[in-house]
Amino acid sequence: MAMLGSINGVLMAGLDGDNAWRLKDYVARGGYVQLRRILENKLAQEEVIGEVKKSVLRGRGGAGFPTGLKWSFMPRSFPGDKYVVCNTDEGEPGTFKDRDIMRYNPHAVIEGMAIAAYAMGANRGYNYVHGEIWELYQRFEEALDEARAAGFIGQNILGSGFNFELFAHHGYGAYICGEETALLESIEGKKGQPRFKPPFPASFGLYGKPTTINNTETFAAIPFILKMSGEEYLNLGKPNNGGTKLFSVSGHVNRPGNYEVPLGTPFATLLEMCGGMRGGRKLKAVIPGGSSAPVLPADLIMDCTLDYDSISKAGSMLGSGAVIVMDETVCMVKALERLAYFYHEESCGQCTPCREGTAWMYKVVRRIENGQGKPDDLDLLNSVLGNIAGRTVCALGDAAAFPVQSFTKHFRSEFEYHIEHKTCLVPKDVQWAGSGFHRIPA
Amino acid sequence: MLEIEIDGKKAQVPDGSTVMDAAQQLGVYIPHFCYHKKLSIAASCRMCLVEVEKAPKPMPACATPVTNGMKVFTHSDLAIKAQKGVMEFLLINHPLDCPICDQGGECQLQDMAVGYGPMKSRFSEEKHVVFHKSVGPLISMEEMSRCIHCTRCVRFGQEVAGIMELGMANRNMHSEIMTFVGRSVDSELSGNMIDLCPVGALTSKPFRYSARTWELQRRKSVSPHDSVGANLVVQVKHDTVMRVLPRENEAVNECWISDKERFSYQALNSDERLSKPMIKQGGEWREVAWNVALDYVAHGLKDIAREHGGDALAALAAQSATVEELFLLNKVMRGLGSGNMDFRPRQSDFSADGKRAGTPWLGLRLAEIKDLDAALVIGSFLRKDHPLIAQRLRQAARKYTKVSLLSVSGDDPMINLHRQVTVAPGQLAAALGAIVKAAAELKGAAVPAGLEAVAVDADARAIAESLVAGDKRAVFLGNVATQSAAATQLHALAQELARLTGATLGFLGEGANTVGAHAAGALPGGANARQMFEQPRQGYVLFGVEPELDCANPQLALAALKEASLVVFMSAFKHAPALEYADVMLPIAPFSETAGTFVNIEGRVQSFNGVAKARGDARPAWKVLRVLGNVLDLAGFAYDSSEAVRDEALGKDKEFVAGLDNALNGVSIALPAAIAGLQRIADVPIHFADPLARRAPALQQTADATVPSARVCEQTLGELGLIAGALVKVRQGQGEAMLTLRADNGVPPGCVRVAAAHASTASLGEMFGSIFLERA
Repeated sequence: MAMLGSINGVLMAGLDGDNAWRLKDYVARGGYVQLRRILENKLAQEEVIGEVKKSVLRGRGGAGFPTGLKWSFMPRSFPGDKYVVCNTDEGEPGTFKDRDIMRYNPHAVIEGMAIAAYAMGANRGYNYVHGEIWELYQRFEEALDEARAAGFIGQNILGSGFNFELFAHHGYGAYICGEETALLESIEGKKGQPRFKPPFPASFGLYGKPTTINNTETFAAIPFILKMSGEEYLNLGKPNNGGTKLFSVSGHVNRPGNYEVPLGTPFATLLEMCGGMRGGRKLKAVIPGGSSAPVLPADLIMDCTLDYDSISKAGSMLGSGAVIVMDETVCMVKALERLAYFYHEESCGQCTPCREGTAWMYKVVRRIENGQGKPDDLDLLNSVLGNIAGRTVCALGDAAAFPVQSFTKHFRSEFEYHIEHKTCLVPKDVQWAGSGFHRIPA
Repeated sequence: MLEIEIDGKKAQVPDGSTVMDAAQQLGVYIPHFCYHKKLSIAASCRMCLVEVEKAPKPMPACATPVTNGMKVFTHSDLAIKAQKGVMEFLLINHPLDCPICDQGGECQLQDMAVGYGPMKSRFSEEKHVVFHKSVGPLISMEEMSRCIHCTRCVRFGQEVAGIMELGMANRNMHSEIMTFVGRSVDSELSGNMIDLCPVGALTSKPFRYSARTWELQRRKSVSPHDSVGANLVVQVKHDTVMRVLPRENEAVNECWISDKERFSYQALNSDERLSKPMIKQGGEWREVAWNVALDYVAHGLKDIAREHGGDALAALAAQSATVEELFLLNKVMRGLGSGNMDFRPRQSDFSADGKRAGTPWLGLRLAEIKDLDAALVIGSFLRKDHPLIAQRLRQAARKYTKVSLLSVSGDDPMINLHRQVTVAPGQLAAALGAIVKAAAELKGAAVPAGLEAVAVDADARAIAESLVAGDKRAVFLGNVATQSAAATQLHALAQELARLTGATLGFLGEGANTVGAHAAGALPGGANARQMFEQPRQGYVLFGVEPELDCANPQLALAALKEASLVVFMSAFKHAPALEYADVMLPIAPFSETAGTFVNIEGRVQSFNGVAKARGDARPAWKVLRVLGNVLDLAGFAYDSSEAVRDEALGKDKEFVAGLDNALNGVSIALPAAIAGLQRIADVPIHFADPLARRAPALQQTADATVPSARVCEQTLGELGLIAGALVKVRQGQGEAMLTLRADNGVPPGCVRVAAAHASTASLGEMFGSIFLERA
């Protein structure tokens, strides 16, 4: 099933049956009509971009940058190669929405990319697929073959004279390759390390050519925006937060999975759609936008609506829409240890604050978790993360700092308890009970 | 121009400048590790974070472009906090083993730690350990835990050396600098990575643990190894040369030197140094005092001149001899009535002598190479013959210069070449002729006489096209072209090509003082370097040359030397084979122990002083020759300084020598006839090329110093019915050598590549002559 639930579903609506992802079904759902309309009517590039701007579609990869604005940065009249690149390197812990878009609706991505390429005067595109979802990389290749055979991509598309070659490219599982410039390096066959910006990809991107990189969900939304008009799409959500968004809900809920709801939907509604808290336990905390978003305690998140502005006001980020729900059985120190390990492990090692700082933070959090914490460790952590955030080549440094900062801020007493008592505030058996494992190991 | 204010100081900087550029222009120091002016920007160490007005976060000065009206603060609270934070991160896993680190005292991290580091570490975890690596005889990577991941060494390989031999593997704090599995660092410029390394991760293997940097005196010198005349800092402890570093000179060597220049100093301290004058009497060598030796030499030379005439004497000098030495040696020979003086032992075609309009040179300044639109290098093992000129061409080619190479081997110069044409040495003139003809056709000019029958192929046309386009283009003749049997024809053809295309003609130059030797008038008035052995003489003076390794035809040279009644061997080294044919050995000081002058290939006069006292009884050769002139009662030997000699030879206070001119007059084009049978291609491997390099143990362990083999392309191997890997007998004239046969498709068909300048091939003949291969 594509979606466990949705309200006013757009991207993932009507995906019934095993062949929903195939070209035939997509066309039957009204697919490729927008591409055809644009090409046949020779719509002006500005018009397409204008429609996207009107929709206030904000980048679904995590940063929430307005897509129409990003597209307008491309030097459309620049002669020579230009690229559009789709970022399906979905590696953020908690996020699994692009995986399902690729699985159930890959042609929406292809059509969206073709429209984007048309709007920005690009003739080549790549879809960079996360290394761990190999079967979806293969499915996407199949979808590309279908689209190519039907003349929706390739040379002289639908007799319009517009050329757009689209390729799939799979990574090898490095989280950092989801950072857009590291992704470009990786496509170029180099080690995935972020580039320093400026220059930005719009002027110096893939192979040094102007390039626009968008998230899978962003591209997939494009055909629907053009179908329903930008204004209508915007009105699905709330002002400045257009459209619907996929939320990957994981953790201590009864029905974890992907949900498509309009931006601005109350968090409580989403929680309800997920069948509420597992075992009727009490909500403790939520990471609302993927592991790099600051954690919000229950009382704060319950007052939020799910959109960029509301979550941001509460001190976190909507990010990629990965909602990690934690109940009262969770030890926040242990949870942070796991997150700190992730960022330390996935740091590319290029720049000093991230390479050294993430390892240092992890070592300190691990020490606290293992009962070897020292009284000034929390101050140390805050000082170290302050030296990382905003000092690195890419945003991974910030992403590593936010969890540490927010966990130690909102759950400081739990950390202090750990340091003082060399053990957890939440008893081990309670932790195990909540973990979903049935047996407490000896 | 953009206006910027840094710490209250205002400056105008060109568009595209970074904050770091502007800071350097203003003399404001911003701490940095990964930034290096000659390398691409990495912006990864984050040490150069500064506060930029209106920017919410501190910005790296090295990578932040200046915008008009920008205000930068390098010492604000935000900047200092950022810099201190980075410093702390750099130090947490650094071993802090400064007391036993070779970099101690010249370590950027150490210096910066004093300025920005905390007194006490807040890091109480275990430090990260990185395993040592073995990457060859020159660079020590024993303590890689010291590495701060600035990637200067990696970028140097990619960008300057042209070959990426080091890379950063792995992720996060497990990132480490390493070679490809099982490989060593073999670039001829690799030693520069030691200089670039801001910490003690890459250190010099030969220098390791031999001195502390603060014990060393830094003295200026000039490289005796190639025609660039790289500026050196020679570091000396108790009159022993301990280490050689580049001395920055943007016009000459920028901030680089080749490994040969960096590590050849080991030879200066070698046991093979000749420490006392020696005379052979009754077949026995005897050490004698200088006055005895010089009396003996003076009498011997005078006797021969009296009995057989001055023409029975000849002198052959190395191109690494100084202007003063060459000038005085020539003066001594002329005083004895002999015009048989030469400094070109590897040359075989001297027919251009007397037809040159002036001193052959590069045709332009070294620094102008980067401005060329196109360049053609003819006959050169470019990367190994001229590492620093190759480096300049590589940088130029990375931008827009179209560099083409016409030579006798397919060796990769690690330059992004426009075209590479590889032909047999006998075909070099014809292949150049094709380019000349193509250029004539492109220009609509008459095809020069003698080239009517030449066929023009696509490569020739593409090269000609590159040379007619743009403002500045150059045609360079390399060592192979100079040493070729058709050297004069190649010169004439290159001149024709330059005339047709409007390109500049230049020579890359064989030795450190090729231009200086011409300028000092050390050219033969009588027999040249070949004739003096073809028609054997009674007496020879060998100055800094080792004939079996340095001559175009060692067989010829040795035969003549063995028959001579007096051979005076002037050298810094007790060269074992010379003990057989020499009669007198005079210990002269190498470049490090004498004052002197080299004139580099762009005509730049570079004088230097000795950096250490002469070893044993060795004496600066200009003094030896002065005394010899006096003992011989010759007029005009009353010099009291090397400067006086130089001024007489070159004129006073010259920055560049006069009379530089590559024109060749009165030579008509006549392509040489094709040669039947196998031809030899002899390269002079970089670390066998001169007496110093030959005696530097570390250089002799490098990949560039492997024992010569016979290299043949697979096609020719098949035709000969021989198998790669087997031992073969290689024969030239009366001499033969046993070498391993290797398949190398970079060797043109019908050719055998057998290196010169090595003991194992010293018995062979002409560098580019006929050769025979037989099953051993």
